[in-house]
Amino acid sequence: MLQLRDKKIADEILARIKKLNLQLKIMHVCGTHQDTIVRYGLDSLLKDCGIEVIQGPGCPVCVTTTLEIQKAITLAKNGVTVATFGDMIKVPAAGTSLQKARAEGGDVRIVYSIDDAVKMAGKGEVVFIGVGFETTAPSTAVTLLNEPENFYVLSCHRYIPPALDALLGMGEIRIDGIICPGHVSTIIGMEPYKPLSCKYEIPQVIAGFEPLDVLMAVYMIARQIDEGRHEVENEYIRVVRPEGNEKAKEALKEVFDPADAEWRGFPIIKKSKMALKKEFEEYDAEKRYEDLLENIEMAEEAKGCRCGEVLRGLIYPQQCPLFGKICNPSNPVGPCMVSIEGACNIEYRYKND
Amino acid sequence: MCLAVPGKIIEKRGNKAIVDYGGVRREADISLVDVKEGDYVIVHAGFAIQVLSKKDAEETLKIFEEMLKNA
Repeated sequence: MLQLRDKKIADEILARIKKLNLQLKIMHVCGTHQDTIVRYGLDSLLKDCGIEVIQGPGCPVCVTTTLEIQKAITLAKNGVTVATFGDMIKVPAAGTSLQKARAEGGDVRIVYSIDDAVKMAGKGEVVFIGVGFETTAPSTAVTLLNEPENFYVLSCHRYIPPALDALLGMGEIRIDGIICPGHVSTIIGMEPYKPLSCKYEIPQVIAGFEPLDVLMAVYMIARQIDEGRHEVENEYIRVVRPEGNEKAKEALKEVFDPADAEWRGFPIIKKSKMALKKEFEEYDAEKRYEDLLENIEMAEEAKGCRCGEVLRGLIYPQQCPLFGKICNPSNPVGPCMVSIEGACNIEYRYKND
Repeated sequence: MCLAVPGKIIEKRGNKAIVDYGGVRREADISLVDVKEGDYVIVHAGFAIQVLSKKDAEETLKIFEEMLKNA
């Protein structure tokens, strides 16, 4: 993989992009892409070639709504064991967080995999906060198909293509091309992006996560624009098959139904959330703990936090007046500063010296 | 969150396998992939989500070079 960081090839790709002489704004929707882009300084290299790259709603923790986090906190405060991925516990909601709930005696566990949470359920009921896009959701689906005991899921899983559709449809900013997330695409393949390229006449390229992957994806988009094409192409052929992962797609289809849902920073996006099917409602935390969860009202976002605009690609992290001042990774005001996939957190980690 | 790491299947045990990540070994679920021992997989949150194609990995650089030549 080190070869995919070769400076000579990088310089050559950059020179080719520059030669096309285009002024483009390209969006990607993946925290791991953003990490590669900022860590290796690709953002400034590309800027010199006329290309602006911005992160959209590609951070599952960030797009999880305040209401969903309030529900998780409510469970923890009422004696339910809550298991979740690490990033979730620091996200502030309604003046508290899962971390604070834990400090006040709540049983909040950090897990690396849903498997760890299932193992805990041997000793008592566990609610797993299912966060993540199509990459992560198959692990939840497979787990439920195995009929675990004492185990419930608060599904916050979401589909990426409806969010891209919503974003392009809103038309708030000009987007000339999209770098599609490599590991979401590993599951869903190339097909689900095609209607979007048609509808919005926009090039999309699935990319891997090494610096050359990202540069090449940008070049492939630029070349499509130069040649007047708008297609879905795959740069990440070593992992992504055109059809995706059939077993994983099948598991998702068996367990989840698409439901309309809010995303942080967005109005309701049609068919964008993975809701547990009726056949799996015995595992649905919203049903099991209906009495605790049904009447919670979504709290207001923290004052001054502009995560919503960051997630819609309208502003860069530094354009938020709180960035690096009262909002930093030790004291995050919004989720984009909490999650290692959030644009603000990544910007702060690599550039704030 | 969608970070996934490549590793090598060392030993299969039903739906699980021991995966070696350059020296660090950990169990992963393999029910989403068809694999044999010795295969390289991409693992995300404890689940192998795809088999890595060594041939395609080697091809990638070649394609890069050719695309640049033909551009």
